[in-house]
Amino acid sequence: MKITTKFLGEVEIVEKDILTFEQGLLGLESHKRFVLLPISEEHPLALLQSVEQVEIGFVVAYPFSFKKDYSFDLSEEDLEQLQIENEEDVITYAIVTMKETLQDSTINLLAPLVINMDEKCGKQIVLQDNKSYPLRYPMQSLEGSVK
Amino acid sequence: MLVLSRKKDESIMIGDQIEIKILAVEGEQIKLGIVAPKTVKVHRSEVFEAIQAQNREALSASSSFLEQLKKK
Repeated sequence: MKITTKFLGEVEIVEKDILTFEQGLLGLESHKRFVLLPISEEHPLALLQSVEQVEIGFVVAYPFSFKKDYSFDLSEEDLEQLQIENEEDVITYAIVTMKETLQDSTINLLAPLVINMDEKCGKQIVLQDNKSYPLRYPMQSLEGSVK
Repeated sequence: MLVLSRKKDESIMIGDQIEIKILAVEGEQIKLGIVAPKTVKVHRSEVFEAIQAQNREALSASSSFLEQLKKK
């Protein structure tokens, strides 16, 4: 099937690539079906695009490229909801708030997106208050691989 | 909304397993102690509101930096 995306024009997707966010994202609970599309090969960025509504598209970043020691534990509840059995099935992304330049843009490390690629389901989880993982973490730390 | 009055060191139970206790009342600030199973997440509501606002901001952001990336 073809969908229109926010930043990448029309893209052909297959039904089995659709990820279900049963609870939606915080503040946007009605959007539950997304696809993850690569943005460029050079950057650890992707587009999390709603398959139903073109405006609902988030640029997401691979958080470990920006903060190497980023880590958190998943609760029993999250493991169960996301039907996680193997750690290798899980991929984590952080939502990017884009500004005019990459240097001014931030990623949300406080509420990462945890996706079980095997079961095709995901959830935005909220980490316990932690100063090292802020809501707006500067992206500039990627400098090395961007330039 | 259910409204209950409590004094220092008194508590309320939510279900069988969640207890919220008033530890201290200092002027405008109230210290709460929360006992809940690990599966129950406890957050300040401002945290949720801030994340909701950040999600919306992320949606409304311009694509100019993506275009910059593509040019490179």
